[in-house]
Amino acid sequence: MDPLLSWGRYPRVPQIAHACRWRGQALDSLQDIVHFHGSTLPFGNGRSYGDSCLASSNQVLDLRLLDRIIHVDWQHGRVVAEAGTTLGEILSISIPNGWFLSVTPGTQFATIGGAIANDVHGKNHHLRGTFGNHLLRFGLQRHDQPMLCCSRTENADYFAATIGGLGLTGVVTWAEIQLMPIQASGIDSTATRFGNLAEFFTLSAEHDHKHEYSVAWVDCLATARQAGRGVFIVGDHTKYGPLEVDRRTKLRVPATPPFSLVNNWSLRAFNVAYWHKHSDRPRNQIGSYDSFFYPLDRFVNWNRVYGRKGFQQYQCVIPSGVAEVAIQELLARIAASGQGSFLAVLKRCGNSASPGLLSFPLPGVSLALDFPQKHALHPLFERLDDIVREAGGRLYPAKDAHMSGSDFRRAYPAWERIEALRDPILMSRFWKRVTT
Amino acid sequence: MKRILIVGASSAIAMACARIWANQGDELFLVARDVEKLDQTAEDLRARGAKAVTSHCMDATDIAAHALMLEKALTAMRQIDIVLIAHGSLPCQKDCEQNVEVALREIANNGTSVIALLTLLANQLEEQRCGSLAAISSVAGDRGRPSNYVYGAAKAAVSTFCEGLRPRMYKVGVHVLDIKPGLVATPMTQGLTLPKALVSTPEKVAKLIVRGIENKRATIYTPGFWGIIMLIIRSIPQTLFKRLNF
Repeated sequence: MDPLLSWGRYPRVPQIAHACRWRGQALDSLQDIVHFHGSTLPFGNGRSYGDSCLASSNQVLDLRLLDRIIHVDWQHGRVVAEAGTTLGEILSISIPNGWFLSVTPGTQFATIGGAIANDVHGKNHHLRGTFGNHLLRFGLQRHDQPMLCCSRTENADYFAATIGGLGLTGVVTWAEIQLMPIQASGIDSTATRFGNLAEFFTLSAEHDHKHEYSVAWVDCLATARQAGRGVFIVGDHTKYGPLEVDRRTKLRVPATPPFSLVNNWSLRAFNVAYWHKHSDRPRNQIGSYDSFFYPLDRFVNWNRVYGRKGFQQYQCVIPSGVAEVAIQELLARIAASGQGSFLAVLKRCGNSASPGLLSFPLPGVSLALDFPQKHALHPLFERLDDIVREAGGRLYPAKDAHMSGSDFRRAYPAWERIEALRDPILMSRFWKRVTT
Repeated sequence: MKRILIVGASSAIAMACARIWANQGDELFLVARDVEKLDQTAEDLRARGAKAVTSHCMDATDIAAHALMLEKALTAMRQIDIVLIAHGSLPCQKDCEQNVEVALREIANNGTSVIALLTLLANQLEEQRCGSLAAISSVAGDRGRPSNYVYGAAKAAVSTFCEGLRPRMYKVGVHVLDIKPGLVATPMTQGLTLPKALVSTPEKVAKLIVRGIENKRATIYTPGFWGIIMLIIRSIPQTLFKRLNF
């Protein structure tokens, strides 16, 4: 099999995959790899951006083939599935039965195991919290004991440590999740342009609580009077219409270009075009859930456009009180650097606490941007880190390939509890980097 | 809705086919050796929409057990619209050369057990006067090669058997399909170093198999480009072929 990379393809450390095909074999597979290579890390569909999904031994336990559905209960909207099942596969069986994921990240190619390990969130975080808030129980395989069943009441310490636990507390082999009912599969969305950050905060305060989903795009290259302009989008599941699984044809990026196709010229053109695509009056439309939640999934391997060097995503969350000032400062810094992102995404995070110990969101606003990898990123990220640190915010381990150990330990004080519950044979490059 | 019997149901290719059929709401009767794998596969297919799934534990090389399996399948489904025979194993050629027992066991697993099942099931479908019989052989059966001629010989036997069975069954309205997969990334090929460009996935192969059955094809290479590769390999003259080592 091909060596695996993380989604950002940076750092470029190819991982050797050891496939686990049946959930009963997880223990044997774990012990086999450890016997020959010392340590390992569970790997899902490789949608983490940085090095949190890379094993320090470069030998990962590939769980993508654990993709069986174990049990469905359409009466109560509960699905039990193996950990390698992707969110898209869950949707393809749940939508026809009138159920949707309670929380979905921006890709349907993430696995259930990955969604738990990173405690992912989505455009409805302000209402429903993270993936972990809708997780009923899961099976956890550690190297030295029989499979544990973990829930809020059973093995509760492992339950909390595994949600957002970056795959370090054991191998999640299956999980039961609670879905949410929908009447139809369409999304009724409204896009409104805003001229600056203050307008975004007004729009968000006014509309977020009235809609299931809310997110905003910011033009991260705009400067001066146009700084902070963007498009604010809210959406809800439609009340009427068919329950249809979206099966758009997927396009492929056929090869990795030698250099990044995302550069200052293409970025500027894209950002300007995206701004002008939206009219200055709020526009309402009904579209498929696929294009609303997963616009980039249309292009399988879209990460290849960043070329061989790959890219890094910078995602931080800033606490409510200082969010506006800090984000203004972050955007100014990025615009001044001239480096930027196709889609800089702003999203207000809500107050609901996740059961997970190492969950990323906190009440405030999250900002995410993709940058083609180059040396000049390092000083820029250091500057941004300073702003985030001062604002009391934090970075998202699932997206990270750079944060300093001291920043991590300050922002995630529960890390020591994870370390205490970590299965000693599991070790990622990320964990090694930020805890030692 | 079709009623489908799958032997070797926990194999990767069979499982991928079964998911397509489950998605269409078909009824399935699964046969495999390992009870646990069988049960996990059955649960998965039920959740994916199969009308009904029955599982039956059987070792395909236990010829005496075939009749009971057919009886159970008929009890569960009353008739059989599609048979897919998918079990098999990829032996170590070196072991087969050194040990006659290993060689014969592999011939039994990949060859004679399939022929035994085809014989029994052909008679059932002949009586029904409808249905499809599909067996997975291999491109390896197209020409014996030093690297795996024991496996190739067993698969060639299945292909030749199908070729003869087809005209007999055609006259009673039963379709016979010989499936020849090339290199597929499955547990069977795990650990082998394979040329990346030639390796296909079980899902791709399954799509072609389901379509091949629907279109009542006689022989399919999966994916199709293997037809060309094997044409070339078959046309290498003996004087050259015997000097090659692949």
